[in-house]
This record gives sequence, structure tokens and C-alpha cells, in this order.
Amino acid sequence: MITEAPKATSNTRSLISVIGASSVGTLIEWYDFYIFGSLATVLATKFFPEGNPTAAFLSTLATFAAGFIVRPFGALFFGRLGDLIGRKYTFMVTLMLMGGATFLIGLIPSFESIGYLAPFLVLVLRLLQGLALGGEYGGAATYVAEYSPVGQRGYWTSWIQTTATIGLFISLLVILVTRKSMSKEEFDEWGWRVPFLVSILMVLVSYIIRKNMHESPLFAKAKAEGKTSTNPLKESFGNKYNFKFVLLALFGATMGQGVVWYTGQFYAMNFIKTVCNVDAIQSDELMTVALLMGTPFFVVFGWLSDKIGRKGIMMFGMLVAILSYRTIYEKMYQTTNLKNKQEVVASFTADSTVASDPKVAGGSIKTKTVTRAYTDGTELTEVTKLKIAADPSAEPAKPEIKRTVKITDTDRWSLIWLVFIQVIFVTLVYGPIAAFLVEMFPVKIRYTSMSLPYHVGNGIFGGLLPAVATYLATGAKEANTLADKAGTALPYAAPYLEGLWYPIIVAGVSLAIGLIYIKNKAQVVD
Amino acid sequence: MNTVKRFMGVVWLGLAALAGYFGLTSLGLPKLASGKTDDLVFGLIIVIVLMPLIVGGLIRFGLYALQGEYDD
Repeated sequence: MITEAPKATSNTRSLISVIGASSVGTLIEWYDFYIFGSLATVLATKFFPEGNPTAAFLSTLATFAAGFIVRPFGALFFGRLGDLIGRKYTFMVTLMLMGGATFLIGLIPSFESIGYLAPFLVLVLRLLQGLALGGEYGGAATYVAEYSPVGQRGYWTSWIQTTATIGLFISLLVILVTRKSMSKEEFDEWGWRVPFLVSILMVLVSYIIRKNMHESPLFAKAKAEGKTSTNPLKESFGNKYNFKFVLLALFGATMGQGVVWYTGQFYAMNFIKTVCNVDAIQSDELMTVALLMGTPFFVVFGWLSDKIGRKGIMMFGMLVAILSYRTIYEKMYQTTNLKNKQEVVASFTADSTVASDPKVAGGSIKTKTVTRAYTDGTELTEVTKLKIAADPSAEPAKPEIKRTVKITDTDRWSLIWLVFIQVIFVTLVYGPIAAFLVEMFPVKIRYTSMSLPYHVGNGIFGGLLPAVATYLATGAKEANTLADKAGTALPYAAPYLEGLWYPIIVAGVSLAIGLIYIKNKAQVVD
Repeated sequence: MNTVKRFMGVVWLGLAALAGYFGLTSLGLPKLASGKTDDLVFGLIIVIVLMPLIVGGLIRFGLYALQGEYDD
């Protein structure tokens, strides 16, 4: 279905205001979505108390369901609306829905005050956040693309692509400023609500900016001519001609893009914190620097995709990611591996304390803290907590060991560069994808058709990455432990790298499908 | 190229079967059986959402490829 493009008449100034208004709204939606994850530790104590299985179940649902399952439904629901009544009004609704849900999370009383109603309300509002996000991105990308001159869609839509990363920065920044403006006790008591409540101000500003925008010219024209769809869902997924492109967009592009995106931005952060055991503040700082350095490349590769085509850039991004992930993660692991460093024996300290266990009557907790220093300046703190039951005949609990490594500037920069390389892969696959998806589907079903593969690829294939990768790595580690106990050869030389098979295989399949079936020119030109 | 596109349809059908088998036996069912809350939710997502998407989607994609729907 190749249709003739209308001549672009938008001038650059009005285009910049369109991009600005669209990007600010999308950025705020990402901010709202990430703020929940960034405050997860505090929220757990307020709404999902430890040791309560029902609250734990609701907490897991709130994390998984909103991030993965609900987003595609939001894409379908709001995509349909966007193709029926227009892009502008639909993404105004998603913005208000997201802002309202985030604001209300900040008002929910704690579990101590209202019991199970608290985690239940959090879950419901989190689901609304997921729905809103599912509807927002497709609307913003479609809106901007339909305002852009046909040969510059990669460049202009790439600004929308930067918002996910910048939204993460802002969420971390608002939390940091809030934390620094009050005591730790105040933050834990009520200060954590501020980042949620602040959202409503940002949403109102964005609403006012967006309110004055006009409907997308291509959609307005289609509507005036009576060429809009009466049933976008049926035309997108019930029509074989369009559905085959929905499948191609998913398996040949967004599936691979989703896992590369999550590996570069979230798995890398998780790996540095939990496998390399790097101090949390140092981890956040180095991730922030690497992401900031990489963010302009979304625009660079979006622009380049207008010149040389989208396919080559996205496929190259997947290929280099697949080929280099194991090498990069091995290098990250070895950079912080204390076996590669020389310990300063004289600096060793050990301290041990015993305190009563507040959760178990008569029980106690023995805490042993060991510190070690290394010749290059690296420091290790190892805290071992052992719960001792009141009944001496009870089975001894497994000790909890937490290692924190404070790395040197040299190692920090090594990690920054290694994450930066992964962010470049992200920008290669993600920078051009909005324009690629927009150009795959005609105006009348574009919002619906492009939103679904995007959110399935990112929300489900990408969103499951941390859980699947951790599962694979843990399985490999356990297999090594069993083999070690049995005295047989270890089946995995580097169990910490096993989780990477998920992004490597998924991106590999996506690369093969993309190379064979995707064309380097727009499927639809309007 | 059209011959390659059609032939690869068989590969995607085979991949759908493999993904379904390993997804259920190695990921989904062990998670459902573990008894932990996190694992239960994760297992349900694998079995109810991820596997039908991968298997169903790849089967349709493979069939379309075999039928020459993606031919130039």
C-alpha cells in the first residue's frame, strides 16, 4: 500500500514547537513511569511490607503487570482512539491519565494506616500508568512524524526517542534534590511523596503547551476527506495485508531493539550493582554519565537514517551488540574483580555486633563487618548478617552477605566507556525506529498498528530481560555449585555471562528476520 | 531472494516449536512449580503472555513467509 506523500509545508520553527510540546509530554510520562522504580525501596516499606506474602504478590504484580502486560493493552486502546478521533486529543488523555495516577500514588496512605487497601490502590494506579504509557509513545511519534517533511522524519522523531533516557535522568534528579533538601528521616516519613506530587505541576504545564497544538496535518486531511478508519483494530490485525507488517515490525525490528535497549540501560546497571557489587551511588553516577554521553547519538542516528536508510543502521546496531556483549560484560566483570587486585594486608579490619531481632521475639542478629583495601585504592566492605533463633535446636538460618566495592576513578571510567558503548548500540537501534514504524503503516491505522509492536517488543521482550537473564545466570551459578560439591568439572566457565544469551538470541533472530524481510525504503510514504 | 524468504518460513515454524518447548520446560513450568510468589507471577507471564506471543506470532509469520506474502 504505497501512497503518494503530500508536500511538506511545515516550517522549521513550527516543527520545533511541535517537537518541543510532544517531547515534553512524553518525557514527563517516562518520568512518571520511572519514579516508581527509582523509589521502589522506599515504596516497599510503605506499601509492601517484608514478610507479608499478599503484599509481596501485589508488589510483583505492580512491577511486572504495569511494565510488561498492560502497555500493549494501552497501545491497543489508545491507538484505536488515536486513529478514530485524532492524535492530539488521545495523547492529551494519556498525559492526564499518567499525571493523575502518579499524583494519586503520592497521596495513598501507608499500609500501616489502611492495610491491604494501600498496596491494592498502588497496583491499580500503576496499571493506569502502564496503560497511559502504552498510548502515549505511539501518539507522540505519529504526531511528530506526520508534521515532519517526509525526508526528515528520522531526524525529527529521534527527539522523541531521547525522552525515555532523559525522563530517567529527571526522575533521579528530582529524587536527589528532594533527598538533599531534608533529613533522611523526613524523606522516609513523607519526603518520598514529593516526586510523585511534583508530577502534577509538570503535567499541567505540558497540558497547557499541548492544548494549543493543532491536529496532525495528515490525520486532519484524512478526516476531512472521510478517509479515516471506522475500525482500526480490525483493519490493523484482522486484515492480512496489514497484520503481516505488524508481525514483521515486531519480529524484524522492535523485538531486537527492545532487548538491546534494556541490556544497555537496565541490565548493565543491574550487573554493575549486583554482580560487580559496585557502590550504589557510584553505579548511579557512572550510569548517568554514560547515558548523558550517549543521548545525543539518538539524534545523530535518527538524522543518518534519513540519509542512508533505517534498516542498515538498526541491523548494524543489533549485529555489533550480539557480537560484543560477552566481551564487554567480561571486561566489566574483570575491571572490578578483586582477584585481579593486590590487597593491602595491614588495612584489614573486622568488627562484630549482636542486636536483638525486632521481628522475632527472643531472636538476635549477628552482624560482622569486614573491610579490605587494595593497592590501587579500591575498597571492599563485606557485611554478613546471621539471624540466630531463640530456640537453640532450630535449624540455623543462611547468612546474608552484602559486598560493596568502592572503585577507583580509573575503573569508574573504564565502566563508563563500557556502558557508553552499549548506549551507542541502543541509539543505533532506537534512534531510527519511530520513523521506521511510522513509515510502515498508512495514516488511518498508523497509531494502532505501530504502537502494538513497539510495546510488545519493548514492554514484553525487553521488559522480561532482567528476570530471564537473572534466571539464566542464577541457574548457571547453581549448576557450578552442584558440580563443585560433586567434585566434577564446572559446566560454566563464566556463569555471570549466561544471562546474556537471552538478548543475544532474541536480537539474533530479529537481525536474521530484519535482514531478509525488511526493505530499506519506506513501506508507506505519507 | 523470494525463494530464500519462502524457505526461511520453515525455519520460523521450527523456531516457534523450539521456543515453545524450551520456553515451557526450561522457563515457565519450573517457575510455576517453585512455590515462590515472584516466580509464580513470572511463570504465569511466561506461560500466558510470552509463549503464546512468540509461538503464535512466529507460526503466523512463518506461514505468511511460506505463502510468499513477503515476496518482492
